[in-house]
Amino acid sequence: MMRNTTAIFQKQIKDTLKNKEILIQFIMFPVMAVIMEKSIKIEDMPAHFFADMFSAMYVGMAPLVSIAAVIAEEKEKNTLRVLMMSGVKPWEYLLAMGCYIWLFCLAGALVLGIAGGHEGREMIIFLLIMAAGILASLLIGAAIGTASRSQMMATSITVPVMLVFSFLPMLAEFNDTISNVARIAYSRQIGLLIGKAGDFCVSFENIFVICANMLAALLLFGCAYKKSGLA
Amino acid sequence: MEYAVEMRNIVQKFGEKEVLKGIDLKIHEGEIFGLLGPSGAGKTTLIKILTGQLKQTAGEVQFLGKNAGNGKKGLPDMGMMMDNFGLYERLTCYDNLKLFTRIYGVPGKKADEALRRVGLYGDRKQPVMKLSKGMRSRLLLARAVMNEPRILFLDEPSSGLDPVTAAEIHKLVCEERSRGATIFLTTHNMEEAHKLCSHVALLHEGMIVEYGQPEQVCRRYNHQNKLLIRLYGGEQVELSNNRTSADKVKGYLEQEMVETIHSTEPSLETVFMELTGRGFE
Ligand SMILES: Nc1ncnc2c1ncn2[C@@H]1O[C@H](COP(=O)(O)OP(=O)(O)O)[C@@H](O)[C@H]1O
Ligand SMILES: [Mg+2]
Repeated sequence: MMRNTTAIFQKQIKDTLKNKEILIQFIMFPVMAVIMEKSIKIEDMPAHFFADMFSAMYVGMAPLVSIAAVIAEEKEKNTLRVLMMSGVKPWEYLLAMGCYIWLFCLAGALVLGIAGGHEGREMIIFLLIMAAGILASLLIGAAIGTASRSQMMATSITVPVMLVFSFLPMLAEFNDTISNVARIAYSRQIGLLIGKAGDFCVSFENIFVICANMLAALLLFGCAYKKSGLA
Repeated sequence: MEYAVEMRNIVQKFGEKEVLKGIDLKIHEGEIFGLLGPSGAGKTTLIKILTGQLKQTAGEVQFLGKNAGNGKKGLPDMGMMMDNFGLYERLTCYDNLKLFTRIYGVPGKKADEALRRVGLYGDRKQPVMKLSKGMRSRLLLARAVMNEPRILFLDEPSSGLDPVTAAEIHKLVCEERSRGATIFLTTHNMEEAHKLCSHVALLHEGMIVEYGQPEQVCRRYNHQNKLLIRLYGGEQVELSNNRTSADKVKGYLEQEMVETIHSTEPSLETVFMELTGRGFE
């Protein structure tokens, strides 16, 4: 039953090593976090400042950019149409792509977690938070990819969206006004949760904002799908 | 008579522009059908409609007696080759086909088998982006035939190919027919059409202006109906093709003077130039 999904998933894995743009998305922040944590030590800086900040940025950027790029490329090159005409169902395709990016990003998150010094129970909580954030990002990215006719078009939409979501958590650290606005973005909430992954206390606001973001993304995706379809 | 595809009054408009103005065509089961026409005639548009990639403005299509419906559902198993049809550029030839063996639910070894049939087995590890246009065409064809579809749609399968590669593709098309598939192809190449197709139709300005077996069509346009005899020594004689020439022909033959003898029936190319008032590229 999952034949098509696993086939597309495996195709995607084969493609990853050859697709440098996507590969960079997956590994850039984790690698940067490891390097910065190892090399830069400043007095008064909170523990694992870089790893935590990059984790929130990673959530806002990697899944969103990569899934939008992958879907838009398949639309542009007509490979998606061929899949659909060969009997692949849209949900089978989306499931394969979603799982693929989700898992790869989660692997990146594991590296970020290690760089951030999370261990044991704390690491699991950290990964759970990241998993939820990656999912929200995926939905937004999928909506953009579906709405786009070409990779160019997808990039022109993802860049501003990704900048907002990935930089808000960082800017919010330095500016109170931005911090207040940023509260409505899932990536900021993820950032806040990561900051206290140690004593994992989830507030109503955390959950509400993340769920509301996901719902909005799902609606957007629904509109994009209805308007443009997959093929 | 069972038809593989039946088109009734297919109309396609793009905005104000009417590209297809009521196409009626019947494709016999198990035949190779050739749709001919100058570029821009609407051949690709018709294939897109038949394969469910485009919803026609009006008219209906039936496959093996069944209505095609609105979407991709309900179409019989069909193979397709069009040059806008995507391949995964970074993946190898083999990986491209391997994916589709799994989607089609056919054994994995079919991928290598198909690569051998189109002469790409030696390049199976090449990424698609390194392939020439001809190799791409062959890979698309390999993918199209891998699941042994009942109907094959080939949009200009041999355009831009060298004669040897084109001949390989012709051989494969004939093999597919022998297995029982119906083949619908479009082409600019009249020689190809004449050699391969059991029926051809000429699409011109959105309408089918000629239909029939290639031989039939050529004979229909034999306005001159003459015999051309070339004698040893270079002299050419033109005689009308009827009993009044019998004695003369007999005379030449008895004196063993005939180097070549032809009837003046035009080639498909000449017929279609006459009908469209222009050539094919
Ligand atoms: N999606 C489209 N929108 C507008 N015009 C189109 C579209 N597709 C094809 N056409 C027009 O329809 C005509 C026929 O195109 P096509 O079917 O590709 O011709 P052929 O394959 O015979 O060369 C062309 O004039 C082309 O410009
Ligand atoms: Mg065409």
